[in-house]
Amino acid sequence: MSARNTIIETVAKNKPALIPLPEMDFSQFETPVDLFEAFSKQLLVVGGRLIEMNDESGLSQLIQQEKSAGVNIINRVTNMGEPDVVPENAAALHAVDKAYISGAFGVAENGAIWVWESAMGQRILPFICQQLVLVLRRKQLVANMHLAYNRINVQEEGFGVFIAGPSKTADIEQSLVIGAHGPKALSVIILH
Amino acid sequence: MSKSHAALAAEFTADENRTDWHDETLWWVRQKRDKAVQQIPEWEILRQWASAIKEHTLSKLDEYLAIFEREAISNGIKVHWANDATAHNEIILKIIKEHSISKIVKSKSMLTEECHLNEYLHQSGIEVIDTDLGERIVQFRGEPPSHIVLPAIHLKKEDVSETFHEHLGTEKGNNDPQYLTESARTHLREKFIQSELAITGVNFAIAETGGFVVCTNEGNADMGAHAAKIHIACMGIEKIIPKAEHLGVFTRMLARSATGQAITTYTSHFHRPRPGQEMHIVIVNNGRSRQLGREDFRNSLKCIRCAACFNTCPVYRRSGGHSYHTAVAGPIGSILNPNLDMKANADLPFASTLCGSCTNVCPVKINIHEQLWKWRQVIAEEGLVAPSKKMSMQVLGYILSKPSLYRLIGKTGRWVLRHMPLLVKFKSLNPWYKQREMPEAPSESFRDWYKKNRRS
Amino acid sequence: MKVGLFIPCYIDQFYPMVAIATMQLLEKMGCEIVFPLEQTCCGQPMANSGFNTLSKGCDRNFVANFSDVDFIVAPSGSCVLHVKEHLADAQNPEAAEFIRTHIFELTEFLTDVLKVEKLDAHFPFSVGWHNSCHGQRGLHLSSMSELVAPHFSKPISLLNMVNGLQLHLPSRIDECCGFGGTFCVFEEAVSVKMGKDRIKDHEENEVEVIAGGDVSCLMHLEGILKRKGSKVRVMHIAEILNSQK
Repeated sequence: MSARNTIIETVAKNKPALIPLPEMDFSQFETPVDLFEAFSKQLLVVGGRLIEMNDESGLSQLIQQEKSAGVNIINRVTNMGEPDVVPENAAALHAVDKAYISGAFGVAENGAIWVWESAMGQRILPFICQQLVLVLRRKQLVANMHLAYNRINVQEEGFGVFIAGPSKTADIEQSLVIGAHGPKALSVIILH
Repeated sequence: MSKSHAALAAEFTADENRTDWHDETLWWVRQKRDKAVQQIPEWEILRQWASAIKEHTLSKLDEYLAIFEREAISNGIKVHWANDATAHNEIILKIIKEHSISKIVKSKSMLTEECHLNEYLHQSGIEVIDTDLGERIVQFRGEPPSHIVLPAIHLKKEDVSETFHEHLGTEKGNNDPQYLTESARTHLREKFIQSELAITGVNFAIAETGGFVVCTNEGNADMGAHAAKIHIACMGIEKIIPKAEHLGVFTRMLARSATGQAITTYTSHFHRPRPGQEMHIVIVNNGRSRQLGREDFRNSLKCIRCAACFNTCPVYRRSGGHSYHTAVAGPIGSILNPNLDMKANADLPFASTLCGSCTNVCPVKINIHEQLWKWRQVIAEEGLVAPSKKMSMQVLGYILSKPSLYRLIGKTGRWVLRHMPLLVKFKSLNPWYKQREMPEAPSESFRDWYKKNRRS
Repeated sequence: MKVGLFIPCYIDQFYPMVAIATMQLLEKMGCEIVFPLEQTCCGQPMANSGFNTLSKGCDRNFVANFSDVDFIVAPSGSCVLHVKEHLADAQNPEAAEFIRTHIFELTEFLTDVLKVEKLDAHFPFSVGWHNSCHGQRGLHLSSMSELVAPHFSKPISLLNMVNGLQLHLPSRIDECCGFGGTFCVFEEAVSVKMGKDRIKDHEENEVEVIAGGDVSCLMHLEGILKRKGSKVRVMHIAEILNSQK
């Protein structure tokens, strides 16, 4: 018998009698009145930086300035003309200083932001860049993870990720170090 | 069997300062967990739901596994099944050989530790680079991880500095965690870019969507998986959850329980390989279906590997992960490992005071301390307890079932303690007396007093 | 109200003053106390070592001794928990069931059954409270630091009724002391280290007495205290609640 059938049959034989799924009513949970305030607070906790802007024009200006100052930038933000094409090869992305990527929405309880593969160009971009900038509109916030998963169909794209702050580790004596393998900084630009 | 937990723990505690440091470091993690969960008024409801979702899943696990497989295949993922550790290792070796690959990176997967994948591949001349910082440190040192979330928690920064000096050429004596992490970053980013194949674990596998979720803080699973042209994700059969909406419960609990973070930095959802990439999933049994059949122990399979039970365990904190001589240490390991090898791990259910703190911190409500008690019964029944201990229990059980004999022995014992105390003061024969005084023996028992004072 | 006094074997033999205090305290509250003379032990030492099957004789003896009372009370959370969870007697299943549901740890009995709200007790010392795990996490004598739930403590509420007593809680409010039954000898190294750490936590509050609801934990801590020549005493809560001017 194949390993698959052996496993499935033993599991079927040994499993307990049916136990029902719980009824989950998460609307009973308290949610913050001001999602933006709660999100901003959590973003700081996870090591992120908040930048507020009125609209894309300010952002566009900022990126132009940085580019002319010689910063190696990949800009993937939508609503600002054609996004940059992202090279497929990881080695070519190794030297990217800063990536600007549109987030789908943020989660107030933990400062995480959902990012779709389509927004990244290449899956590795938000991980390999030295600094990551995620761009969100102020109204794109949900209170908690229950509402977050309500909002997305996770298999819509091949890959998607919640990102909460810059890459970090505390594997040496529990000392927090920002910038383990991935970005050493995460900024979130909120467009009002 | 090699040395028992008690013997290894005695070696660990021999360095009292280091034991204090280990205890305090992990207690600090426990406190961070407390602070995080106290901010969630619905925490106990979430525990209830998480437990119920997992129990439901186990009761339909065969069906969910089949659904997961079907959906994953339709997503373009190659699904493999391994009934034991060897099969798991062979499947991975076969994929590596088929593609003639030599550059392999691996992010944290306790399953691959359980299956001893690295040693197996090493024997075939294949080296795997562990990319989790803690795992890389212990890999350099040729040690197993001592904790499932914090693999190098038994080491001080001076130890890491020595190791990095030797393997990465860092400055001798520079113990700054920032500097050491930066060196590892440079070293490992190079490995990521060169890697051809990435192995990751799986935190949750979603039956209805055929995808899986991997959680890290460092971003190493993503760096590996998105750079390599082949991604192999290894999962135990118990990683399944029915629906994506259930992730809402588990992602709220995992990091809060593990480190006190509200969520891990990266919660990555893989559903399809990227263009030109191959994605494999290896679904592993390795004794889990046997555990599912043990009524008293099946709900240990609810575990999401947060390690909260490690951090709270007063025994773990003072004996270190290596004293458990298994891939998964701590209280949860002590109820999982007897299923894998009862004889070799017969000591582990006894490495506990049954204080119950593990059960209380468990986000999926595994009754860990009750299962420890139950494993003790099974192990005794199987004759895996030392004959001397068994005999003393038989004698004790006999005395305590015979009131007059009990009184006689009690009286004699107290008399001996009062008049010939040296008899019990052999530290080698009486472990109690090694570091503790004996209680003072009164001339009369309560029973004697009662008869004199209350019954006439 | 007829209360059967269950005095665990090691209290009977080594700590009779705890049993006497328990008895006197309950008598003051108006309970009619009986002490069945043929009682021995709850059977926990064997059961926790993996030999629950060897505690059957203890179980039968326990049932035979405690079948004729309204309640059973013991000054030990650990032994009470064992009886509640594991007492069985194939010949007398109903009697065993009655005992399992009518056995109380002392502070639980004072709080929930006798509903004590004030005490005539005086104990002018600085006291550190040790939460014993089986009483706390097993019998829910107090809230637990791991759970998100309202705070309460039956023993501490009682201690707060004692005149002159200054209560100090250790920084790790409910960490195990390391006694753990036969753990204390089979895992001697860790057991002692856990005990030393509990003591250190209390010493930082400069307490004169470490008090608890389980003599087993106290005996272990006392052994360590005495070995290092400490002046700190251990006392069972019954002795404190029974103290008068």
